[in-house]
Amino acid sequence: MFQQRTDFSDPVTLSFEGREIMANRGDTLAAALLGCGIFDFRRAVVSNTPRAPFCMIGNCYECLVEVEGKGLVQACLTEVVEGMRVNMGSPRKPVASGNDSADV
Amino acid sequence: MKYRSLDIGVIGGGLLGSAFAYGFSQRGLNVGLIDEGDNAVRTARGNFGLVWVQGKGKGMREYAQWSLKSANAWSTFSNDLFDLTGTGVDYHRPGGFHISVDEAELEEHVAMLEQLRSEAGEEGYDYELVQGQTLAQHLPGIGEQVPGATYCPHDGHVNPLRLLRALQEGFDRNGGSYLPLLGIDRIEPLNSGGFELFSKGRRVAGCEKLVIAAGHGSITLGNQVGIDVPIHPEQGQIVVTERSAESLAYPTNLVRQTDEGGFMLGPSARDVGFDADTNTGTLQEIVRRCSTAFPYLRGLHIQRSWAALRIMTPDGFPVYSQSEEFPGAFAFSCHSGVTLAAVHAKDVCQWVLDGAIPSAYRCFGSERFDVSAAN
Ligand SMILES: Cc1cc2nc3c(=O)[nH]c(=O)nc-3n(C[C@H](O)[C@H](O)[C@H](O)COP(=O)(O)OP(=O)(O)OC[C@H]3O[C@@H](n4cnc5c(N)ncnc54)[C@H](O)[C@@H]3O)c2cc1C
Ligand code: FES
Repeated sequence: MFQQRTDFSDPVTLSFEGREIMANRGDTLAAALLGCGIFDFRRAVVSNTPRAPFCMIGNCYECLVEVEGKGLVQACLTEVVEGMRVNMGSPRKPVASGNDSADV
Repeated sequence: MKYRSLDIGVIGGGLLGSAFAYGFSQRGLNVGLIDEGDNAVRTARGNFGLVWVQGKGKGMREYAQWSLKSANAWSTFSNDLFDLTGTGVDYHRPGGFHISVDEAELEEHVAMLEQLRSEAGEEGYDYELVQGQTLAQHLPGIGEQVPGATYCPHDGHVNPLRLLRALQEGFDRNGGSYLPLLGIDRIEPLNSGGFELFSKGRRVAGCEKLVIAAGHGSITLGNQVGIDVPIHPEQGQIVVTERSAESLAYPTNLVRQTDEGGFMLGPSARDVGFDADTNTGTLQEIVRRCSTAFPYLRGLHIQRSWAALRIMTPDGFPVYSQSEEFPGAFAFSCHSGVTLAAVHAKDVCQWVLDGAIPSAYRCFGSERFDVSAAN
């Protein structure tokens, strides 16, 4: 579907699920991951099927990934940063016990 | 577009019109469904998706019964739709909870249900007050501030956009003609009993029988065939969170979790005319109430919010009318178009075909607002 990126003029290194990947400074995280052939951003909450970016403009929330230190973010609205550690998005589970991770 | 000659013309492709068009098409009639489009006020695209019985019909027993009748028909209705179209509408009926966020609210709500129970007499009225541990077992994570909730086994919920789509698909499968982007501005009753429909001076369709179900557009259309449609807009806002693991097994008056995992929070009620914009104050109040009910919602991101305009009648009950002057014409408006979709597709279509609203349902006529009639 996409051409593998090779033109890293202003490179940044980051990792996805422990795998090292390259991107250009200024790329969105979604573009960077897709450019490296990563299409499995997260699993759907209900059906557990793979999910990838759909709109690339912040509307659909299909592109959620987990950035270490930041939590769940929309990859299409997040710029890559040197050394960023990214994992597949796992849905926040609302905890019934009351000690909810109130991060908003 | 070429002129259509129809058995039945339905004006308005919202939840009411689509349910009628589907219902008529199930009976093999030549039906046209005419819809104006996105520039019209389209309530069907902004609602909360409850198929709700509890709390409805205080002061009009027939409406409480009518809502229950529809809720009881919903399962067959949605199965039939699925068999015909392959579109599931995510209908579930585990019963529903009405959550009150403080004591005063709870007291008022229970008094209202008790009133409904007394109006129901021997027929009975199903609800129970659930509090404390029992409530927390059914609704894990319920806020400590919540003094209690009432449970009604007849309540359920559905994906309202899928419902609208399934109705229109079903109608299409049955050979109905969907005529979109066509605002009807003139209805001409014919001596023969039929009607000619016009849009911007063009004659677009003719029909033997006419059903006006154009939501807020019904007022002016009804006038043209001598039907008074006393409705006004009431704005409601809804907030939707990100998708999340399943944690809420029941629909409630404040929050429901959809099959996709997102939570819908709402809905507010404001009298602001035809203003369909959200405002921060109202959204904050929705979030405050809902997160008092379920504090865990504070940990979720809000993805979107919108406002839509309810179709309210003076007493909140449906207005179903037939024209005295032109008996082939009917006009139907109501607030709970999702809940009542099942009886609209079945019973109401039959009334139109029979040519009269049965006497048991005349109480829904607009004559009830007629001051001289009340004296
Ligand atoms: C915030 C909110 C929450 C709600 N929650 C629920 C709920 O949980 N459960 C429930 O049962 N109900 C709910 N409702 C109510 C429900 O959405 C409405 O009862 C229903 O949409 C009304 O359907 P309708 O077909 O009468 O009107 P609409 O859905 O508004 O459809 C009218 C249609 O007529 C068309 N039209 C208008 N004028 C013309 C014209 N001149 N020519 C041709 N076409 C025309 C428009 O294009 C439109 O598509 C809610 C409503 C709101 C606002
Ligand atoms: S791809 Fe749609 S929000 Fe990111």
